[in-house]
Amino acid sequence: MSLEIVLFYLAAAVALAATGLTVTRTNASHALIYLIISLLAVAVIFYLLGAPFAAALEVVIYAGAIMVFFLFVVMMLNLGRDAAAQERRWLLPRMWIGPGVLTGVLLLEMIYLIAGSPAMSSGTPVSPKAVGIELFGPYLLAVELAAILLLAALVGALHLGRRYMRARREEIA
Amino acid sequence: MDLELDIAFIMIAPVLGGALLSAALLIWWERRLLGFWQDRLGPNRVGPFGLLQIVADVVKLFTKHDWVPPFSDRVVFTLAPTAIAAGMLMGFAVVPFGPGLAVSDMNIGVLFFLAMTSIAVYGVLLGGLASNNKYSLLGGLRSGAQMVTYEVFMGLSIMGVVLLTGSFNLSEIVRAQEDVWFVFPQVLGFIVFLIAGLAETHRLPFDLPEAEHELAAGFHTEYSSMKFGLIMVGEYLGVILTSAMVVTLFFGGWLGPGFLPPIIWFSLKTAFFVCGFILLRAAIPRPRYDQLMSLGWKILLPITLVNLLATGAIALLRAGA
Repeated sequence: MSLEIVLFYLAAAVALAATGLTVTRTNASHALIYLIISLLAVAVIFYLLGAPFAAALEVVIYAGAIMVFFLFVVMMLNLGRDAAAQERRWLLPRMWIGPGVLTGVLLLEMIYLIAGSPAMSSGTPVSPKAVGIELFGPYLLAVELAAILLLAALVGALHLGRRYMRARREEIA
Repeated sequence: MDLELDIAFIMIAPVLGGALLSAALLIWWERRLLGFWQDRLGPNRVGPFGLLQIVADVVKLFTKHDWVPPFSDRVVFTLAPTAIAAGMLMGFAVVPFGPGLAVSDMNIGVLFFLAMTSIAVYGVLLGGLASNNKYSLLGGLRSGAQMVTYEVFMGLSIMGVVLLTGSFNLSEIVRAQEDVWFVFPQVLGFIVFLIAGLAETHRLPFDLPEAEHELAAGFHTEYSSMKFGLIMVGEYLGVILTSAMVVTLFFGGWLGPGFLPPIIWFSLKTAFFVCGFILLRAAIPRPRYDQLMSLGWKILLPITLVNLLATGAIALLRAGA
């Protein structure tokens, strides 16, 4: 077995374990830390598959920015032991049946697909330049749509924030 | 390929050792320089010029009681300082100290640096959260907002340099500066990067996560002994890493007149910016938190966008001509 395959399975095992722990933790901040580790492991897998740009973006955007905001919300909510106990009450064994069956179907499908095609990666590294040319060439429409969606979210957040600030100002006055 | 791997493995130990040693030296150097600028002596008793003060400090930190508060989240509390130091140390992997002298000369070097600094944010955030203390929590929240905000400008301010070079590779960025350092065409990018770097490393004047006049010691209020030491080392590593990146991106990296070897030029330039960081601490008072945020979104963001637009237009014109 070559070094790359060992690294791949190691990263994949870390990703699976971390994701499993993310779902089962009752303490929200611990769950988030495992989710971050899972994202980092996925970034390593991207790198090994020859997509360094996607790997870097996975860390910068998902682990570095989005998860920080998740953690931010957890910090604001002031979750303590009570919240963890409530989580534990909600996470009953029978809750696992539905999602378990659904993911089981997906797992079987994936095993079938992997068994059918041995080579998952093209083996050629994709440079940042190639990604950029693809994004602003054939996939321009998707980029524009994402931009519009983000702009709408920004305007919405500004609107809600403004209303809140106005109410606060009237309260003070 | 194998030769490259060998160079990488040989480089790891000196880079890690050098970074940690300079971070330790910086603890003494900062106090001496601050003393000089504030018209006093600073630590000058232990050893020549007070150099052994570092040893005294380390012995003191190691012999202090390593207290983990019983009300804290023990595991996260213990792991958080390592995230700060490890993230910053990982960042050194892509710094080109000389031609071919980097642990990894990967083609996404700039992005790797940004990724590792964003990992270091977690140390501060989780440290603040796990301490289970009001001051720590406020410090952690502040640092989260501050660092995510300034990461945006940091990334955008580098993009001008990337545009002019046409690569994310740090060695190629240095080689592209043989005619003229990027600080001249990218002066706006340089200013924004410097300010963002200061905010990223949460150094004075932007040390609002630990602002001692209002938050005790902010996110590291509960930390003692070597855990506190690790946080401090992480902070100094951040200062050195940011200075090294300023030099690499805007001041020609290892390039310089031939009478000194490239690595000496690189070290001298980096040392200059480290001293600059310390001088800023001595000279500028801390802004209010909302002032810091509005400086970011209302001034720095437009500046970087205009800079990027102009750089893009010039690059397009040049490519067309």
